[in-house]
Amino acid sequence: MIVVGIETSCDETGVGVVRHDGAAPELLANEVASSVDEHARFGGVVPEVASRAHLQAMVPAVRRALATAGVTARDVDAVAVTAGPGLTGALLVGVAAAKAYATAWDVPLYGVNHLAAHVAVDTLQHGPLPPCLALLVSGGHSSLLDVPDVAGPVTPLGATIDDAAGEAFDKIARLLGLPFPGGPHVDRVARDGDPRAIAFPRGLTGPRDAPFDFSFSGLKTAVARHVEALERAGTPVPVADVAASFQEAVVDVLTAKAVRAARERGMETLLLGGGVAANSRLRALAQERCDVAGLALRVPRPGLCTDNGAMVAALGAHLLVSGAQASPLDLPADSSMPVTEVLVS
Amino acid sequence: MHVLALDTATPAVTAGVVELTADAVVPRSVHVVHDPRKHAELLMPGVLAACAGAGIALREVGAVVVGAGPGPFTGLRVGMVTAAALGDALGVPVHGVCTLDAIAADVAGPGPFVVVTDARRREVYWALYDGSGARRDGPHVESPAALVGRGLPAVAAAGGSAPGLGWPVREPAAPSPRGLVAVAAAAVRAGVEPGPLEPLYLRRPDAAEPGARKKVSAR
Ligand SMILES: [Zn+2]
Repeated sequence: MIVVGIETSCDETGVGVVRHDGAAPELLANEVASSVDEHARFGGVVPEVASRAHLQAMVPAVRRALATAGVTARDVDAVAVTAGPGLTGALLVGVAAAKAYATAWDVPLYGVNHLAAHVAVDTLQHGPLPPCLALLVSGGHSSLLDVPDVAGPVTPLGATIDDAAGEAFDKIARLLGLPFPGGPHVDRVARDGDPRAIAFPRGLTGPRDAPFDFSFSGLKTAVARHVEALERAGTPVPVADVAASFQEAVVDVLTAKAVRAARERGMETLLLGGGVAANSRLRALAQERCDVAGLALRVPRPGLCTDNGAMVAALGAHLLVSGAQASPLDLPADSSMPVTEVLVS
Repeated sequence: MHVLALDTATPAVTAGVVELTADAVVPRSVHVVHDPRKHAELLMPGVLAACAGAGIALREVGAVVVGAGPGPFTGLRVGMVTAAALGDALGVPVHGVCTLDAIAADVAGPGPFVVVTDARRREVYWALYDGSGARRDGPHVESPAALVGRGLPAVAAAGGSAPGLGWPVREPAAPSPRGLVAVAAAAVRAGVEPGPLEPLYLRRPDAAEPGARKKVSAR
């Protein structure tokens, strides 16, 4: 079975192609056209700029993906598309395109959940996924999910109550004079810094705090205060140490809560996903703590962690194989689609 | 040849099949739904209904014509990307036409006249057409008062925002499949390879570059 996946929930126009004939889907193509450079001078993703770029990139991305996969339209068995959550105007471009392709190709359409797709993508690299605890972190989301089955309903255990982890990286990068998007730059600069140089607060880690929710807004403010105090005193800002200490505060909380959640839910596997899962310190600390806790850690390679079409195709393939009912042709885009809804049917 | 016509640049979600012969543009089916917030939900079901109404299968369509606006961005893109994807999947050419031209193509009676559609934010999209129906000015976006203040030689107005401008109002309020295909008829008949689909946004995205960093510390 060949499944095409389309992803336009934020600033990446992603089209992936997977084949699912055996135990797990296999990646054939993963074309991503990003408008990130157009957003850089605004310091964040501008929805209208992203939506315009999606319209321009969509059909060429589909053509490239089919060519790279070495398949023709006749080979395609289903089209999957991110129906939410995400930016409404951006989602609509992908949803409308997916409906047109599915209808013209006469194959079923699956409108799927972006977060569930971040989980499913791991099967392209590591094969069938056992029940797991998933930590999904990006510029748009930070969630802990109990995932009994890759194509089945998931239980949300916690999420950020303010900024997403990736947003915090962007804001701290800006504060430190680093480019957008901030994640990769903070990661790079932090390698030369001391993660214990400054004791930044760990949000929502008190005994009475929600055990699996996150908060990064207080941390962000603490870093800003620290930098401003140095600037007022005329002291040079130790950028590497600030970046490393900030990053450590984020990944410490993320991994501690994820491991605790996995243990509490009796899971043997922790899965990381989302753009922030490309962060080298998050990957390293997660591995350390999983080793100590006796958990298996699964992290897709960075190109599969950031938003892409292959993850949507992977989830679509699991749904197709499991005999899921296709989505209707009047499928809406849902910017706040709940994570409990894996497929719109 | 059966031509599929789409437009989502006005509150109407328009789909239709038009038969294009050597000397005529004959509407075979029209499917219109008015819901400016549901373009994406309604358009593909509308396309299939239009095909069924014309008694053809989608794969029998020989060309696609789509209104390229101007229109409110999110809705406009639904029609544009649907047309582009259908054209790619069916292997047929996709012609983009100015939505205001398509409305003008259906206006009866002598010109000159203006076509005016809702641009939201208390503005309108408009263009001026002469006695032969050719576009002479526009498309532009501005306030109705600024448009009236231009002192255009128009004797009538058509389009969804025509009422209230002081000119006699003519039909239609939104483009028809016939009007859309009429605008592209010569190019479709000639088998001209259409240029890239360019939406007529007429406005830049709302986005401000960040100013100086805001301090979080109290003074
Ligand atoms: Zn994501």
